Amino acid sequence: MSAAFLGMPPFPRAAEEAVHNTTLRANLRHATHTIRAKRAKAVAELSDWEQLREAGRQIKDHTLRHLDRYLIQLEAAVTEAGGTVHWAADATEANRIVADLVKATGETEVVKVKSMATQEIGLNEALAAEGITAYETDLAELIVQLGDDRPSHILVPAIHRNRAEIRSLFADEMGKWGRAAPHGLTDSPADLAEAARLHLREKFLRARVGISGANFMVAETGTLVVVESEGNGRMCLTLPRTLISVVGIEKTVPTWRDLEVFLQTLPRSSTAERMNPYTSLWTGTTDDDGPRDFHLILLDNGRTDVLADEVGRQALRCIRCSACLNVCPVYERAGGHAYGSVYPGPIGAILTPQLRGTGSAIDASLPYASTLCGACYEVCPVAIDIPDVLLHLRGRIAEQGGPGHRVERAALAASGWVLRHPTVLAATEKLAAATRGMHPRRPPGSGAWTTSRELPDVPTQSFRDWWQENRR
Amino acid sequence: MRVALFVTCLNDALFPATGVATVKLLERLGVSVDFPAAQTCCGQPHFNTGYRGAAEKLVQHTARAFAGYDHVVTPSGSCAAMVREQYPRWGETSLASRTHELTEFLVDVLKVTDVGAYFPYTVTYHPSCHGLRTLRLGSRPHRLLQAVKGLELRELPGAEECCGFGGTFAVKNAAVSTAMGQDKIRSALATRAEVLCAADNSCLMHLDGLIRRQDEPLRPLHIAEILGSTEEDPYRPEEPIS
Repeated sequence: MSAAFLGMPPFPRAAEEAVHNTTLRANLRHATHTIRAKRAKAVAELSDWEQLREAGRQIKDHTLRHLDRYLIQLEAAVTEAGGTVHWAADATEANRIVADLVKATGETEVVKVKSMATQEIGLNEALAAEGITAYETDLAELIVQLGDDRPSHILVPAIHRNRAEIRSLFADEMGKWGRAAPHGLTDSPADLAEAARLHLREKFLRARVGISGANFMVAETGTLVVVESEGNGRMCLTLPRTLISVVGIEKTVPTWRDLEVFLQTLPRSSTAERMNPYTSLWTGTTDDDGPRDFHLILLDNGRTDVLADEVGRQALRCIRCSACLNVCPVYERAGGHAYGSVYPGPIGAILTPQLRGTGSAIDASLPYASTLCGACYEVCPVAIDIPDVLLHLRGRIAEQGGPGHRVERAALAASGWVLRHPTVLAATEKLAAATRGMHPRRPPGSGAWTTSRELPDVPTQSFRDWWQENRR
Repeated sequence: MRVALFVTCLNDALFPATGVATVKLLERLGVSVDFPAAQTCCGQPHFNTGYRGAAEKLVQHTARAFAGYDHVVTPSGSCAAMVREQYPRWGETSLASRTHELTEFLVDVLKVTDVGAYFPYTVTYHPSCHGLRTLRLGSRPHRLLQAVKGLELRELPGAEECCGFGGTFAVKNAAVSTAMGQDKIRSALATRAEVLCAADNSCLMHLDGLIRRQDEPLRPLHIAEILGSTEEDPYRPEEPIS
């Protein structure tokens, strides 16, 4: 994965900063609660939601189990349809391939459809280093780009910004990237949308190269699918001469028929829409229509390692709907940036440490960025058991015994021993009860608890002793 | 019917009143309860923090402690969820199938909703994540509370949201945990209830710590203590309740 996020502080520290930012918290709370309620309503409209969820899970699991076969079928179909397939093992290789393809066209500007895969590999930064400017055309991505910011949400990258902040970004920054925002810009949604429309239209009409990701790739026909709300994707996919799509290998589905499931579950889970406004499908190249050249870069970047993990591999079922983010109480308070990855929230907490490994402080802290409340699993349209994968990854991290875990392991092993010896436990409880008058209000080691909370009082008698006295 | 009380380590050491109330409640309903003294901790803290080896030993210890009982009742949704959901990983399916959270045991096994309790206060109920999503307790606690004489139940806004305890999460991610707990308390205060009730003392310990630090007019109380309270032997708080 991109090195851009490495060196991030571990989750608890980054989250603490976010928790104290009251504007950010208010923005996040408002946005997540609104989408949450809408999603619940959209899902409740379908009487067969549980069957769709199960179908989605099965299609994804089947495809992942036979991914080698389906990828080869996909490559053959894309090639047959006039496209060119490239295989990229990691971010560096993928960025190299894209930069070379753009350079071959002689262009120095590209327009982009919102894509998680290109963010994951840090494509914009890599292209900039080669003298190529990438323009984001999704409204929220544009806001993030103009603010020299990072996305904070999978689906709503600018979820952490409010209208007033967006207005001043447009007024101050748009001119530096192209057409400036109109004078007297207000923060009304219509005004902001119009400013973005005028700014972006110039880019669509000038661009000769488009770069996209894809929500799905159909192995049987070599067809790629992008679902979106704004129509900017459709413009980027059809107007340029050259189209380059960078897609994670796990986005493959075997047949067109499989889209039937996901085109119902994805929009309802993500934007709470029955159907997303734009669904664009493209297969290779077509004479006199759309791009003349089409390149598909199949991105691994850690995915085959994830596939090798029996418990963790279910994370690759993810269709990037972000329903888990919108219901997550931790995400709601911490915001997306604290996760130190383009994949925030519950799915990020299981996907990122698997893609990047658990070596860094941020990655080793992510599986603990959850109370295991289970709200994410409940809403996931492909039934990824996120709490179970979190537990699995915690086991791996505890085993590694990274920073802080050696002491913890010793403490938990000791408590485990006491807890297997009821007489020792009873003696410990007796001692605690006998000395209760001497307990300091904030005993050493209780710091993280007592910063904001009182410790419970030790009772005069344990239950065990009460039972001994009253019932035996 | 041989019924064992699994009081849980947290209740044993810090919240014995919950255990006492559970015993009195079950006895009042004609159940003869046993307390196997070998019991300690279900292993959840170890398992949830990633220490599977330590957890496994406690799982086996717990399974041995409760061997031979028809039903194991526990006033902790979270520990019941650990036994029911995770013990089968280690092949302990028998204990898993015999373990019930208290409100489940009352409604499903004893088939009572009116337990003859008396508690003349306004109460709001926090369902706790394990009770809500793992055990799927549903309306059981509400039905039990609604049947309590004198009790007025008020709906908790955003009830299904986690309170932020999450075991070691409360310490490892103290800032987020605190923010979540404070939001939960704000919701509870908005109901103007005198008592914040739950079926898990772990959630309540976290919320109580915040409530006492912030000096809010709200009393956290385990559902067993409400259901255990009767006109003859009413719940007696150390301080006045309101």
